[in-house]
Amino acid sequence: MAVAGAVLRQNLPGNMDLCGKTGKGVPEFHVLAVDDSIVDRKVIEKLLRSLSCKVTVVDSGSRALQFLGLDGENSSVGFDALKVNLIMTDYSMPGMTGYELLKKIKGSSAFREIPVVIMSSERILARINRCLEEGAEEFLSKPVKFSDVERLTRYLLRGEADEVSEFGKRKLPKNCDLEVSSPSSPSSPSSPSPSSSSSSDDSSSSSCSYSRSSSPLPKRCKSV
Amino acid sequence: MELGLMQRRLEDYTKSLFMEGLLDAQFLQLQQLQDESNPGFVGEVVSLFFDDSEKLLNELTSAMDQQIVDFRKVDSYVHQFKGSSSSIGAQRIKNVCILFRNYIEEQNIEACLRCLQQVKQEYYHVKSKLETLFRLEQQVLAAGGSIPAIEVTSF
Repeated sequence: MAVAGAVLRQNLPGNMDLCGKTGKGVPEFHVLAVDDSIVDRKVIEKLLRSLSCKVTVVDSGSRALQFLGLDGENSSVGFDALKVNLIMTDYSMPGMTGYELLKKIKGSSAFREIPVVIMSSERILARINRCLEEGAEEFLSKPVKFSDVERLTRYLLRGEADEVSEFGKRKLPKNCDLEVSSPSSPSSPSSPSPSSSSSSDDSSSSSCSYSRSSSPLPKRCKSV
Repeated sequence: MELGLMQRRLEDYTKSLFMEGLLDAQFLQLQQLQDESNPGFVGEVVSLFFDDSEKLLNELTSAMDQQIVDFRKVDSYVHQFKGSSSSIGAQRIKNVCILFRNYIEEQNIEACLRCLQQVKQEYYHVKSKLETLFRLEQQVLAAGGSIPAIEVTSF
């Protein structure tokens, strides 16, 4: 089962949409999104669909495990679940947190290779570190923007090495502000076209994301 | 009214919501996601937000009304409201929620009750404005026009 995951993540030709759709019947990338907020589910689903991803959205960690066949009730893994290429989960959820879900996924031989991204509106350093240490690929600040998801799918799903090293060198976006985004810092509208090849420069946004490839956070970014 | 005038009115109205700080860049994100394949996207998200918010506000009111206030529960509701309002770009609601959570941490009941009032006011205010916005959009679309893309570079 781990092999299946690896096969689906191989590099694809450059003329594909970010989420791997061509007209030639090659499968799309499948993202499993987990969030207890109905508003956030709607938004993340649209963000991913606009990048031509196949999306499954569930409202809890336990439903995510059910879908993956990891809930202990179902001994055989669902066919659909085999093809999940990325899991994006909210951190704060009732019942099972995103962190607990992350641990269960990383503890499973079938699914531990699938990249997991945590989303949260609270930038608590200890929380971020805990998630990265447990194997999360990235910790995204909410509200999640198109540019965040586009960059993510580009290097996680297309496996573009240059994107990874570019991100690895960058510790934090230039404006790493805390909670309240001021009205004077809107990001200039970026076209959500699937074939956009613009590198996403987050210097105009006030949100931060953290990845495992970045070094310890500079002092400027305080925990909330 | 002539289409060009309607579009201008819509544009001005939309800009005013940003100028007043009612909406922030996240709302623009939603507008950019809207396209021909899903022309009602923003309206759908906002509609979900309205339904969700009314439930949350009811729960919040009830929780604050208890003899012994369960602050963890209240915090959970406010956190949710902060999250959803932030996701649609309802900046003022979000900011009141941030303040609200500070008072929850202090377990300051009076201040929390004030915040509850304030958050309701902000909610109904932005709800009314957004409903007007969608009405203006519908008028433009019905007249055969398209929604002008808003370039908000300075406000």
